[in-house]
Amino acid sequence: MPAQSIWTLLSWGPEGWSDDIAYGALVTIALALATLPIGLTIGFFVAWAKQSEEPSLRVAANIYTTVFRGLPELVTLFLFFFGMPILLQYVIRLFKPDATVDVDSFIAGMIVLSLIFSSYASEVFLSAFRAIPKGQYEGGYAIGLSTWLTMRKVILPQLLRIAFPGLENCWLSLLKDTALVSVVNLAETLRNAGVAARVTKHAFLFYSVAALVFLVLAILSSIATGFILRSLGRREAR
Amino acid sequence: MSVSQAISVDRPPPQARGWSRTRIVGYALVGLWILFGLGILAYLIYAWNGEFFARYAPAYLQGLWTTLSLVAISMVVGAIFSLPVTYGRMSKSRFLSGLAYCYVYFFRGTPLLVQVYLVYYGLGSFRLQLESIGLWWFFREAFNCGVFAFALNTAAYQAEILRGAIESVPRGQWEGAASLGLHKLQTLRKVVLPQAFIVALRPYGNELVLMIKASAIVAIITVYDLMGNAKLAYAKSFDFQAYVWVAIVYLVMVEILRHGVEWIERRITIHLKR
Repeated sequence: MPAQSIWTLLSWGPEGWSDDIAYGALVTIALALATLPIGLTIGFFVAWAKQSEEPSLRVAANIYTTVFRGLPELVTLFLFFFGMPILLQYVIRLFKPDATVDVDSFIAGMIVLSLIFSSYASEVFLSAFRAIPKGQYEGGYAIGLSTWLTMRKVILPQLLRIAFPGLENCWLSLLKDTALVSVVNLAETLRNAGVAARVTKHAFLFYSVAALVFLVLAILSSIATGFILRSLGRREAR
Repeated sequence: MSVSQAISVDRPPPQARGWSRTRIVGYALVGLWILFGLGILAYLIYAWNGEFFARYAPAYLQGLWTTLSLVAISMVVGAIFSLPVTYGRMSKSRFLSGLAYCYVYFFRGTPLLVQVYLVYYGLGSFRLQLESIGLWWFFREAFNCGVFAFALNTAAYQAEILRGAIESVPRGQWEGAASLGLHKLQTLRKVVLPQAFIVALRPYGNELVLMIKASAIVAIITVYDLMGNAKLAYAKSFDFQAYVWVAIVYLVMVEILRHGVEWIERRITIHLKR
């Protein structure tokens, strides 16, 4: 291999690896952004179930968080990545005997990260639920809103505002957890940096670049959340 | 108003516990979980393979021991290393606190997997330099690299826990101790830390649980911990129960720890209960 300077390695184009890592960073962002709405929705409903007066709902929700917070992220990922095809194949073969199933690592990562994110987010939502006085529900019912409408129009807007700082933490750990999906061959930041490291033998350089990408993503998120928080605060002041 | 009058207030009749919609949904969900649990159980019975168990159970035990020792060593080393970081974070010197802040930000802002790769593959590419300063024997072993990365990582988190706990102790405690003529170190040891540890216990417990969970990733850098042995068993036998068993072991371990920490917390905060 001809001696290449660090700047060639980091250049954009066929010689360098910047474009590959940038593409990987886009995949990382896409994965995290695709997970976010699913995770938030499940997390909200799990928290709603947890503070319900119906014991069976509470039990079901508590099992959910116990399982997905107790399992290591990597184990959950492997369970789904290797287990889902077996299960799907078993089901599909009932109808089509010679079908083979392959699970896309992006989809598997999305499902697993949603499960993990939602179980952490549900704890945040739960403490936000507890911060909302009962009078808010009663007020909603008193003006004739249904349970669902009270939740959507009265409780949820306040809930999101209270839960926001906690959800920011969940988002940051979601961003970091996306790195794990590189293990099942999703071409995201860490995976592409790893390929670059193996090909060029500059492991330290490329893993540092990957670390830098994640740091930049974290900094960008805190700028963005600061922005959102300020606008939330402004709306409250009005 | 006499007592009997107070008692004979008309109360609304207790609400009948009928089959409301939430109740049906709740029962359905619990039913789903029970089905799921039975499914796992049925799978394990169906897939039961004495040979598999005989061959890999000792490996899993060995792996469990590796996991536990890895977590224990890195927790302790991290705790020691978190002391200077905490000192830096709380120091008035701009330089020291900036340095400590960057350290904490780096280790909390990047994925642990990246840090592990940086140590294992990244430092591994400086083999000649490491050999010349006589540290290669340490970084040659994947286990040591794992411990090194984990200790640095948990030091950042533990420093934040410790700082939060120390700052949660009111200033008056420091002033009171100073007025009694205790110097700073004595104050810290006899007055502040005992109060801080009560606050810090739960975060420390959480950190321990997080470390146990995170320790699974050392399997990727070829350490044969619990997860590593499961990976190996799966690669050799293509038997999916390898991962089911390891999931159960992790879940049980984490639950025991979580309840243990809760129990300790209840015990040591007995004097705070009213």
